[in-house]
Parts: sequence; structure tokens; C-alpha cells
Amino acid sequence: MTMIDLGMPGLGGLDLVPAAEAPQTAKDFTSDQEVRWCPGCGDYAVLAAVRSFMPTLGIKRENTVFVSGIGCSSRFPYYMDTFGMHSIHGRAPAIATGLAVARPDLSVWVVTGDGDALSIGGNHLIHALRRNINLKILLFNNRIYGLTKGQYSPTSETGKVTKSSPMGSVDHPFNPVSLALGAEATFVGRAIDSDRKGLTAVLAAAAAHRGTALVEIFQDCPIFNDGSFDVLRRPDTAPQRLIPLTHGEPIRFGPKGEDGLGTSVVVRAGFGLAVAEAADVDPADVVVHDVTDVHLAFALSRLSDQDLTHTVTGVFRDVRRTTYDDAVRAQVGEAREAAQRAGGPDLQAVLRGRDTWTVDE
Amino acid sequence: MTSTDTTSPDTTTPAGSASDGTRRPTVVRRDRVVIRFAGDSGDGMQLTGDRFTSETASFGNDLSTLPNFPAEIRAPAGTLPGVSSFQVHFADFDILTPGDRPDVLVAMNPAALRANIGDLPRGGIVIVNTDEFTPRNLTKVGYAADPLEDDSLADFQVHRIAMATLTRGALESTGLPKRDAERAKNMFALGLLSWMYSRPQEGTERFLREKFAKRPELAEANILAFRAGHAYGETTEAFAVVYEVAKAKLPAGTYRQITGNTALAYGIVAAPHVTGLEVLLGTYPITPATDILHEVSRHKAFGVTTVQAEDEIAGVGAALGASFGGALGVTTTSGPGIALKAETIGLAVALELPLLVIDVQRGGPSTGLPTKTEQADLLQALHGRNGESPVPVIAPQTPGDCFAAVLDAVRIAVTYRTPVILLSDGALANGSEPWQVPDVAQLPTVDPAFATEPNAPDGSGAFWPYLRDPETLARPWAVPGTAGLEHRIGGLEKADGSGSISYDPANHERMVHLRAAKIAGIEVPDLEVDDPTGDAGLLVLGWGSTYGPIGAAARRVRARGLPVATAHLRHLNPFPANLGEVLARYRAVLVPEMNLGQLASLLRSRYLVDVQSHTKVSGQPFKAEELQDVFLTHLPGAQR
Repeated sequence: MTMIDLGMPGLGGLDLVPAAEAPQTAKDFTSDQEVRWCPGCGDYAVLAAVRSFMPTLGIKRENTVFVSGIGCSSRFPYYMDTFGMHSIHGRAPAIATGLAVARPDLSVWVVTGDGDALSIGGNHLIHALRRNINLKILLFNNRIYGLTKGQYSPTSETGKVTKSSPMGSVDHPFNPVSLALGAEATFVGRAIDSDRKGLTAVLAAAAAHRGTALVEIFQDCPIFNDGSFDVLRRPDTAPQRLIPLTHGEPIRFGPKGEDGLGTSVVVRAGFGLAVAEAADVDPADVVVHDVTDVHLAFALSRLSDQDLTHTVTGVFRDVRRTTYDDAVRAQVGEAREAAQRAGGPDLQAVLRGRDTWTVDE
Repeated sequence: MTSTDTTSPDTTTPAGSASDGTRRPTVVRRDRVVIRFAGDSGDGMQLTGDRFTSETASFGNDLSTLPNFPAEIRAPAGTLPGVSSFQVHFADFDILTPGDRPDVLVAMNPAALRANIGDLPRGGIVIVNTDEFTPRNLTKVGYAADPLEDDSLADFQVHRIAMATLTRGALESTGLPKRDAERAKNMFALGLLSWMYSRPQEGTERFLREKFAKRPELAEANILAFRAGHAYGETTEAFAVVYEVAKAKLPAGTYRQITGNTALAYGIVAAPHVTGLEVLLGTYPITPATDILHEVSRHKAFGVTTVQAEDEIAGVGAALGASFGGALGVTTTSGPGIALKAETIGLAVALELPLLVIDVQRGGPSTGLPTKTEQADLLQALHGRNGESPVPVIAPQTPGDCFAAVLDAVRIAVTYRTPVILLSDGALANGSEPWQVPDVAQLPTVDPAFATEPNAPDGSGAFWPYLRDPETLARPWAVPGTAGLEHRIGGLEKADGSGSISYDPANHERMVHLRAAKIAGIEVPDLEVDDPTGDAGLLVLGWGSTYGPIGAAARRVRARGLPVATAHLRHLNPFPANLGEVLARYRAVLVPEMNLGQLASLLRSRYLVDVQSHTKVSGQPFKAEELQDVFLTHLPGAQR
């Protein structure tokens, strides 16, 4: 089999998107549609964060597209004054793939949920990740089916009692970050809806990444899974459980110690990682985060348990790999150049083919 | 038209000896010949048939072909399920079908003989590769005795030739291992048939040199085998006659041979030229549509991008996403793929975006008969979605016509902002015919007419994505990157005009009717009826690939002095405006279809006409002979 080197274009995620002529505000990105999520829904916080974040990218609003599937979060595009498509269940990554391939001048965002992305659309998600198309996937994970009124989802904890699992769910859940890394994702991040700062930082890194970026956003469903992430928000429990990542920094978390750093740390344990008390380990043994180390990223993803004992946030992985859409366009460009050199492209010659005969009058 | 697809009396030139001493056989002129090459899946029968067809095309005959092969890539060798065949019909006049019964059967093994001999008329020629007629191979296909030894082939002119042995002998000088040398026996058969039917040889030799450019020793071996087959015919006494079929008198122009799938691919490749749009083909491999992807992916220079997606749904999804971005999205598939794409096609109906969906139909239900033909996806194409979801449907009638059908579908998709389903089938996909190469400059163009300005009737400067063109009822196509036209569309019902989400009952009622009216109002040409005598009582109405056999059967009936009218539907939705009037004009209407009467049922319910249905679902196309008989049984009733 012939292998062809597709090259490594050194572009950033937005380098082919035209820049806005004037500064924009969150208001510019706000459509005239009334937002119709339930009161207290975590989607409001994410929407507010994204509306404020988009103007900071400095790209033309009309070159921004939000594509969604089906579910509560998938109403998102209606509330952004950009181009948008509210498509069908699970298919947004496939539709966005065609759009991103056809239009390198667009910033394409997919908004999806745990059911949309991981259940009905699981196939499209993993293939978008492995292909590495220049699109950003915001996966709103509330660990429940909201729009169909409360059934367990592929991220619900085992044993969860819902309308469709009165004796407790027997399904084992996905770990979305592990799944994405297994699917060859070049960018994986996680944030919590209520953490505007942390969410915005991950979004910024995702936008700058050229390729498919998966951002898992823990988001509360106050109607069917109320308080599901409260232990990650409450001041008395959150510091013990949240493990924020910063590239190049030792991974420390928990209540601050005398040195101003977290008193808990992440250390290596066999092929994986473990949590330890800073006081009990040599500082040299504390793992330093590296977004280019896929083994570390995977091990970090395994620290996050169903019961949220430990929850890693931030950017797990951010590496450069030729994107599918760039490679596809490069081949089209190459074919065009070759045809130009040969004096073409000549459609008439293609239709004629090699063997013709003429019938005279 | 006075010709029929039946053979005229032969004209002969007596045998003699040329001055150089070579034997000169009797030359028999025929107006048409049908040859079937049959062998094991591994024997290269498709290639052999294809080459014979190319020689025939370059000679200038009219032709039509019917490849027939198993779904398995290599079924167990020597078995009946493993038989692969290729039938070619060529003539000195314009023919319509691949022929009912072969005049000549080339059988490379006992299985090929057993599977095909029943189709041969009495007196037909059988050319057999005797090397494969071993006791083991005979037993494998249930021959108790060797049919070459007893009188079971007494009705035929049988030529027993040890093709593998002769090929091996001819290739002795090459030093190729025995097995490799024997593999060229299909070229021996081709050489022999090329001699028998006076076909030009240069094309095949050139083809072999190019095909094996990287293995010149194999090119030479195949050419040697090809020449050996030719020489065998020339020098042995076994063949007393050669046949000549004069060039066909086709309309003036430049011709080439083309299959339906290639013509579909060329239509897709030509779409950027006629629309000014880039094309994105999002697809997933499926028999018998895959060759379209193969061909299109070779022509990226024309502005066509191919995305081989993870599944059927993603293929059509990528195509629709590209259409949203201002390209023309295309997807290609077969029946099972249409089932999977149905929800996305429904989304395209709601979004009102251009999308071309090509269904190369095969036998169903489910996986069915992947390599055989059927027309049973008509109702699926028309109705196979949730809700009131109207989609224009068009069908090509011959392999070459697939090109024009794609451009017609593109016109409708772009003009009316709608998905369009094109129904080809397995017979068109792999069958071939001469195709008059169209002049690119004369291809009909279509303007995508993107929206560039806000359009809100209240003068607010807003953009209303569902404000329709009063003539076509098409909505504006505003692509991302157009400042001021930012808008959101989706599968939820939209308010007429503004496009905002609307659950208003009256609005939904209006939108359902608007979408239906838009499709019903698509401009399609009137149905043309072929009624040469003008007094036919029977109208035979078909659609898709039945065009050939219906036309050939009608010629036979007319040759008996009996009147019959024919008409063929390209547009299955909307129907031509004059269809009801045409149906009412005839005392009897007969609809032959390769399904259980889907079009007939549509016509009955729509026009309240007592349409008679004739159906066939064997995976094989209609034969002219069988349709002729059906027409004849319907004629008396039609005359009353």
C-alpha cells in the first residue's frame, strides 16, 4: 500500500477564519430568541460563558457556526446570533464534518449532550475525534436524559434510580475523557458549568487548537438530576475532589498548605496514578502535567470516578496532528495544480475518455 | 423503426483459401449477436467481457451488456454459486437490451456450463474449456456423467477446447510457473472470440500493457495467450465460419462505451461546472454503488471532494453539512443505505437545502441480493420518512442516461432547495452501452442564487430564511460568511417566513402544505408517448431500467403488425402534468416493474385508472421475449 505524507501545516484553530473588523461584545452574539431552558439549568451558565468568550476570539461573527443534535443542550444554536443548525439526534459531528471540510474559513462548534454524543451519536463522535477535523465539540454532561424527562444516560452512575430504572440502572457508564483519548483525540478538556474562569480557559485552548477539540462540561439538570455535581461546587467538599491541571506544573490540589499550594498531590502508581498527601511524598515524585503525554492524560482520566471522589479538570491533552479537513483540501489543491500544469482541468476530456469512435452524418 | 431485436437471416460468403495458403473460413453476416462469457469468480470473466465490449464499441456496433456475478468475492471454486458471467449483445442497429438468450456460451468450467446452458437456444454455440471437466469438478456441480461425453449437448454446436493446456503451451517460452500461465486462459478465450467475430485486437493489447505496466512479464503472457486464442481459431479446422456484424447506424457524433455508475460519477463531476458550486460527496461503500465513489475520487481537480464516512448516516450528514456551507452535498448508496439516511433526508426536507441522494437499487429486503437488480425502493424513496416529507424522485432509463439524470436532479435540488432522490439500479450500474459524449459547453447550467441581502418584509433589516420565492416556493440559501444573514435553522417546525421555531397549529398546517406545494410545482417535462401508428389501445408505461426491454418487446409486437404504445417516466415525483390525461387516453395500461407493482399502485390511487401490473423480482432484468408475450396477452383486451 502506498503511503503519502500529508504534511504538517502549522496553523492554529482560527488562522483561516477572517478577523472581525470591530470589537464585538456578548450582546452581538445574543440572538433575539427567548431562552427556554428550565430555571436553574446549568446550560444558562454555559451560554453566558460562551457568549462572553466568543468576542475574545476576534473573528467575524458571520463566520461562526454552531451545530447541535437533539437534547436540551442542543437548543444552544438558537440563542447565539451566528449561523446555526439544530440537526438530528447524534449526527451533529457528521454534519459539522462536511461543513468544516467545505469551509475552511469558518469556526465550527458542535454542541451536544451525554445522550446525543455518547449514546445515539457515539459512532460519529469517535470518528470525528480520530479524523481530527477542525471543529470544537462542547459535550454538556448532566448524566441524565432531560428532554425525554429523566432516564439514565450513558454517563449515569451504575445503580441510578430513574423513571426507566426503578430498581437502579445496571449500565456501566462511559468515562468521556478516557473514551476520547482512546479515540485518538488530539485535544481533550473538562470544565464545570459554574466555573466561568476554568470553562473559559479550556474553551480558549480548544479554539486555538487546530483539530477536533472535545470539551466535557459537567452541567447540572435541576429537574431530573438535581445537585448531581454539588460536591464539586460546595466549598467544604470541592477542594478535596477537584484536581485542576496546568501544563508544566506539578499536579497539586486540595486545601492550601503553608506553601500556598494544595496539600494533596498526584503521584505515579504502577502503570497509573494515585492521589497522595503532599507531606508524605518527595516533591520530585509529584507528577508534572504535560498536555503532550497521552499516557499521562489517560491515567489522569482514570482518576475520575463515578462518585466524583476525584475529578480532574482543565486540558488533559493538546497535541498537533494534521487535520482531516486540511489534508482533504490539500489533496484537492494538489489535484487542481496538477491539472493546471497539464493545461486543464478538462471536463470534456474526462467525458470523452480514452476510447471513442465517431459516427458520421 | 423497423428493426427488431430478433435475428435476421444470415448472409454468407463461402469458404476458400487465401493466396498465402491460410485457411479462409466462411464469413457469415449477422445483424446481431449475443455472447455470454461464464466461468468461476476467479476466472476473470468480467474483465474478459469488458474487453470484448470495448473492442466491440471501438468497432462501432451498438451494444448493451449485462454482468452477473455473485456477492461473494471468491465463492468456493468450481461451484454453482461461484459462477460469474458477462453477457454482451451487439448489433448493426440500435439495440435496447443485453439480449435474452446467448447465441454463444463460453463456459470455462462445468459449473458455468450447468448454470447457463438452459438459456441457450437450440443450435447455439457452446465453447467449453475441457481442462476443468474433471470427475471431481463434475461431481461438485451434480453432473453424474460428463456432458461433453454423452449426448446431453446434442442440440448445440459444441467446441471442446483444452484452453488451460493450450495457454500453458503458448506461454512455455515465458518461463512462468504453470499455475500463473494457466490464469491467462481467459485471454485465450477472448482471443478466440475476437477472431470468430472479427473484433479489432489493438485495444486489448494496449489495455493489457497498461494494466500490467509494473509487471511487463504478465502483460506479455496475457498478450501471448490472447494471440494464441486468435491463432487457434484461424488455424484449426474446428471453426468453419467467422461472423461479421456491421457498424451500427447511430446518430452522428462521438461515442464511447459507458456504464451507469460511471455516468453517474461523471454527472457528479460535472455538477461544479453547471452550478458553479463545489461538490462534496459524503458516502459509505455499498454494492452496487461503490464504483461511483471510486470514479469521483479520481477527479478532485474539478472541485469535487469525497468523504468516505464512518457509516451511511455520516455520509449523508457530511453532504448536508456541506450544503449548509454553500457547496452541493451528494451521497450515493443502495437500498439499505437509504433506510439509514432517511432521518437526515427528512432533515434536509425541513431545512430546505439542496442535497442529491443516489440510490443504486438492489434486491431486497434487508441485505437481499447485493449484486442483483430490482426496482423495489420506489415507495421507500417517495415515502420512507416520518411525517409529510415530500422528496422529488427521478430515474434514469439507460446506463448513458444516468449522466443527464444527475444533471436534472442537480437542477431540481439547487433551484428548489430540496433533497432529490435518484433511483438507478444494479442493471444500469454495471450494464454498459455506447454513449454519445455530450458537449460540455452545451450542458444546461443552474444558478444557485445565494442570498446576499436581508429580506424581512417589515424592512427591519432582518433576514428571514423561510421567505419563499413566489414562483418556485424555494427559500433563500444564505451561506455562512454572509454578514447580516446570520440565522438558525433546524428540524423543528419553523414559522412561515421568519423561520423562528413555531408550534402554532395553523402555521404547521400551512408549512406542511407549502412544502408539498413546492415539490408538486417542480417543473418537469410532459410525458412523451411513442405510439407510431396512433391507434394503439394498449399503453405500456415503465420507469428506470425497464426502458430497454419494454422498447425491445414493443418492437417485436409492432413487427407483427400489432399496435402498442409505450411511455417511460423519468420523474416519479412530481409526475408529469399530462400523465393523467395520457393514462386516460388508452383502453388499457400495463406497467411492468421489477417489484410487486409499486408504480402501478401509485397510479391507481392517484389517477383512479385500472392499471395492470406485471412484475418480476428474480434479481434479473426483464427479457424482451417475456415482455412481448405479456404485451400480446394484454392486446386483445385493449382492442375491444
